[in-house]
Amino acid sequence: MLSRTADHLYWMARYTERAESLARLVDAHYRMSLLPHSGDALTASLRATLAALDIEEPYRERHGTIESRAVFEFVALDRDFGGSILNCLRAARENARAVRGSLTSELWVTLNSTWLDARALAARRSAGADIGHFVEWVKERSHLTRGVTSGTMLRDEALHFTRIGTFIERADNSARILQAHQRDLVPGADAGSVPDPYEWSALLRALSAFEVYRRVYRDVITPFKVAELLILCDDMPRSLLRCCKDVYENLRSIANERSSETVRRAGEMHAMLHFSRMEDIMTIGLPRFLERFLARACDLGDRIASDFLVPPTEA
Amino acid sequence: MIGIRPTGWHEFRFSSREAGGIQLAGTPYDEMYLGNDAARPHYRHYAEWLAKQASDRLTQKRAEADALFHRVGITFAVYGQEEGTERLIPFDIVPRVVPSEEWARLDAGLKQRVRALNAFIHDIYHEQEILDAGVIPAEPVLCNSQYRPEMQGVDVPGGIYAHIAGIDIVRDDAGEFLVLEDNLRVPSGVSYMLENRKMMMRLFPELFSNHRIAPVDHYPDVLLDNLRSVAPTGVSDPTVVLLTAGANNSAYFEHAFLAQQMGIELVEGQDLFVRDESVFMRTTQGPQRVDVIYRRIDDDYLDPLAFRPDSMLGIPGLLTAYRAGRITIANAIGTGIADDKSIYPYVPEMIRFYLGQEPIVGNVRTWIMRRKDDMEYVLAHLEDLVVKEVHGAGGYGMLIGPASTKTQIETFRARIKAAPERYIAQPTLALSTCPTFADSGLAARHIDLRPFVLSGREVSIVPGGLTRVALCEGSLIVNSSQGGGTKDTWVLES
Repeated sequence: MLSRTADHLYWMARYTERAESLARLVDAHYRMSLLPHSGDALTASLRATLAALDIEEPYRERHGTIESRAVFEFVALDRDFGGSILNCLRAARENARAVRGSLTSELWVTLNSTWLDARALAARRSAGADIGHFVEWVKERSHLTRGVTSGTMLRDEALHFTRIGTFIERADNSARILQAHQRDLVPGADAGSVPDPYEWSALLRALSAFEVYRRVYRDVITPFKVAELLILCDDMPRSLLRCCKDVYENLRSIANERSSETVRRAGEMHAMLHFSRMEDIMTIGLPRFLERFLARACDLGDRIASDFLVPPTEA
Repeated sequence: MIGIRPTGWHEFRFSSREAGGIQLAGTPYDEMYLGNDAARPHYRHYAEWLAKQASDRLTQKRAEADALFHRVGITFAVYGQEEGTERLIPFDIVPRVVPSEEWARLDAGLKQRVRALNAFIHDIYHEQEILDAGVIPAEPVLCNSQYRPEMQGVDVPGGIYAHIAGIDIVRDDAGEFLVLEDNLRVPSGVSYMLENRKMMMRLFPELFSNHRIAPVDHYPDVLLDNLRSVAPTGVSDPTVVLLTAGANNSAYFEHAFLAQQMGIELVEGQDLFVRDESVFMRTTQGPQRVDVIYRRIDDDYLDPLAFRPDSMLGIPGLLTAYRAGRITIANAIGTGIADDKSIYPYVPEMIRFYLGQEPIVGNVRTWIMRRKDDMEYVLAHLEDLVVKEVHGAGGYGMLIGPASTKTQIETFRARIKAAPERYIAQPTLALSTCPTFADSGLAARHIDLRPFVLSGREVSIVPGGLTRVALCEGSLIVNSSQGGGTKDTWVLES
């Protein structure tokens, strides 16, 4: 497969995943905003989230103070902010268009329709209209895209590169969401000092983990168990361990002459999480652990790019 | 990076009686109706069916077609517009129908023409017998910017230069098919031929059960088979790729579509490189050898070392690999010498010279200004004629006599006198019309036809082609960004 094709597939998947992650975050906070007395906790959570996603600065340049409506609009539909959901959907579609010949026509039509409809929706809607509806729709489209991908694409390199893009992006997003809440996840926060329940549900919902938590633990929500679920639970689709496992497995299937070190590092990341205990992570400290994890995920992304996607000139 | 001319979708011009009261030579030939509203025999079934359709059903079908074309992304990029905003080429739901006996003649005539054109290109880049015989003067050939001295003496597999030819056909007021233009460089539009058919079958399946319509969807198979057959000698399982200028090119949809249909890689210049006179593509598993390039970018941009040094679209060293016979390029470099407007008038002579046959489908009558008699006639009849600059593109160097003012005509007269060899002249044609949906309902609109002639082990044509229609009433020069549309083309089987 052409390196450039793999590159577009990888970024197509990353942008699709990113749009969904952002939609989940907006959705979780939007629900929170509908509850009474959520004001301070909501603002705090939004600020921490914007900071963890590295988008607090562009937001403040545009809107100044953190105000939930403005944040939702900015993250979901801002045309001029390159990282908005709308622009992620566009970037996913542009990458798909560049390699539409390598996609099944069903997948291409799904991504193209998503963009066409999102653009029409963004143009039509009046200010203050239901943002909840929009992010709900984005999630549905993302589910559809994922379904079409696994239901129609050949089990070949194209699918592996698409999957790697999805899981690297997901690992990154999950780690950042954890970062936004890391102060509440220290062991001392157990019992007595449980943080705002709204914030818990925002965090868990943003990762589709609210119901999963109940099912796995059948217990009250405690910070320690939340962290364990989102970091070390192998069965949880958005946990760091699961994402690393998925990256590693897909990477092994496409290994080439150059890639042994990259595959080794992906395996190491997976093994490290696989054999970790939550107690060890807490000893290092969650902030430090997450910072290291993000740095390693970033390094892995760079290595994948230079091994497969944008190889050095060999002419 | 320098911009490139939209490959394909060349200017598309029509003369029209409605335009500013221009008087044409005759009444345009109506493809569907004889006088007094009776349908021609090959349109009879369709006309009966059409008369029975409720107008809101047809309106709804037209909307459905537009929505589908958008979803599937059958669109063309418009230069200078935001990403993610491509436009549709309007599709008209009334088909253009060609009866089997008319098609048989076109089929034979176009194959004959393309054989002669390939023979001509081979001759020009080898012995130049046709020039020595004085059939065509040497000057317009050898001093032409489309003549590529780099190709002199280069042997290409099978002696085929124009593997894909798009021949533009019009029908005059007498109902006669004539060739208006040969496109032998990077002709485009075939994806619309295929997609229009799919759309018609989806919208009106009932029409296909009561007509015997020749299928077209094997085009990609024939094309791939041909491309494989012209691989460099000694290559048993050739790797074929399609070279595009990228997703911002106006014909990008077609490039992606054809690559997908043939199951070959769609590559850009940056994906390929030349090493030891061989061409490789950069893949996730390392370099992979390429044997045949179906290129959809112009000669000028193919190799910055040989042609335009500022081109970012090409592959440095490609010409060297090509001349060494390590790669096949389709269409070959240098085919432009045969489809230049200054060469067009001589194509019937080529057919006689190389094949010893009379042309089956003729040219539009053309006066060559380098001939004294022709020039005198043209200067005396400028107000009735269309004068074209031979190397002009996009209708810039063109005079449409009946639509021009006295001043414009006099300006052109002076230009012709100053450099007669730069101009040819043709009568103002009354192109045939076909009923077409306009805002006001069905109305006659001018059409032409571009069949695609494929040359490989043999010469073949998928029955039909792309019918283009001028949707605006009274427009003279129409292209896809100025209101040109397309129709499905049905060749009826006998």
